[in-house]
Amino acid sequence: MCLAVPGRIESVREEQGTRMGKVNFGGVVRDVCLAYVPEALVGDYTIVHVGFALSRIDEAQALETLRTFAEMGLLEEGLAEIRGEVPDGESVPCPLPPAEAPRR
Amino acid sequence: MKHLAEYRDGETARRLAARIAAIVTRPWAIMEVWGGQTHSIIRNALDQLLPPDVELIHGPGCPVCVTPLEMIDRALAIAALPGTIFCSFGDMLRVPGSHGDLLGVKAAGGDVRVVYSPLDALELARRHPDREVVFFAIGFETTAPANAMAVRLAERGGVKNFSVLVSHVLVPPAIAAVMESPGNRVEAFLAAGHVCSVMGTLQYPPLCDRYRVPIVVTGFEPLDLLEGIRRTVVQLEAGKHELENAYPRVVTKEGNAIAKGVIAEVFEPCDRTWRGIGTIPASGWKLADRYAPFDAERRFAVEGIVTAESPLCRAGDVLRGAIKPNACPAFGRECTPRTPLGATMVSGEGACAAYYHAGRFAATRQGNADER
Repeated sequence: MCLAVPGRIESVREEQGTRMGKVNFGGVVRDVCLAYVPEALVGDYTIVHVGFALSRIDEAQALETLRTFAEMGLLEEGLAEIRGEVPDGESVPCPLPPAEAPRR
Repeated sequence: MKHLAEYRDGETARRLAARIAAIVTRPWAIMEVWGGQTHSIIRNALDQLLPPDVELIHGPGCPVCVTPLEMIDRALAIAALPGTIFCSFGDMLRVPGSHGDLLGVKAAGGDVRVVYSPLDALELARRHPDREVVFFAIGFETTAPANAMAVRLAERGGVKNFSVLVSHVLVPPAIAAVMESPGNRVEAFLAAGHVCSVMGTLQYPPLCDRYRVPIVVTGFEPLDLLEGIRRTVVQLEAGKHELENAYPRVVTKEGNAIAKGVIAEVFEPCDRTWRGIGTIPASGWKLADRYAPFDAERRFAVEGIVTAESPLCRAGDVLRGAIKPNACPAFGRECTPRTPLGATMVSGEGACAAYYHAGRFAATRQGNADER
């Protein structure tokens, strides 16, 4: 099964009475049901699992956790280093299975 | 992805691990419940960053792995019926039943299709009104909102040729079962963040109190996991047993009220057999009476299922956290991802598959719980 992964909402529409949208996962765009996150808008990040957005990622809380790390002295550069958009290309909804590992 | 790089930063991870090492005074055994966390831990070798006194025990949180053998056999029988389109998440195709797997049914001419979402299966049913479309609705609380919505939309839309084979499992009863199992060594839990994004965290404080265990909700990025472990160790060292939410950017105390409402409408609690573990009371969901017409078990009465597990496979011991995957004699020999004897070697959330893909063939210092 696919892990729930974060993506950015690109568009929102109604389809047969259900709230749907396009969500971008590091470059891969998929149709996602937004019925469970009526508060999520275009530009928001959301956790998506098997085609359904389950939770809007709380930007303030995401920063708060990083700020805690910074206060613990864990983030060398602190918040100054936190970038707005970091394209990583790693988050796709259904990663292909890894190549067979070598046998010992 | 926004902030994802920060939550994966290797240097910060090493510093967090050092913080954990600085506060540990004795050995602790912590279970990460969710297979997605297990994969992240092994892939990123987080267990090897940790001080030797902090042992991670891999939990049963892999829905593909715990779907009962009898249900797999039922799926194989339904998928082989002429005129049926059987839809499943990809992980299920190689999961061994008593005699073969869904991939084998497909090779023999059955119409077995991999879908990304249950809505894809519902769409297939709309496009093929002359065929019976069955979706294998497995999963934890994370998947239930999707499966419930598909059934609800089928009912509202009058899609009568759609049905679901339901095998849903729930996390809190599994935590209770682990704590009550004989010989249990688990002293704290990392709870599955995405399960809690749906259900919230209110189910967990009673478990903390009843079993006197800390439970820390976290995600599966490396820093989320390490911070979850750090908070768990802080509690253990202080003799506390509380619920903590280390994943507040995704999880709220209440969870997703709309999703919980749809789940409560479509599903109702039931006892569920977990493959390799046994029956756990009230540990699953089945379709509520109102939605019984969409129950594939009722629609396709399959008789005479006689189950038989591989005599070599020790997936049950792995799922209970009794042994690490590479302590199984069949691991990497008779049992590989291409020739799996048990579901834990198949799934993207299975502990055996995680160890195999990371090349963990020899028992490491944390490799074999039996030796400790």
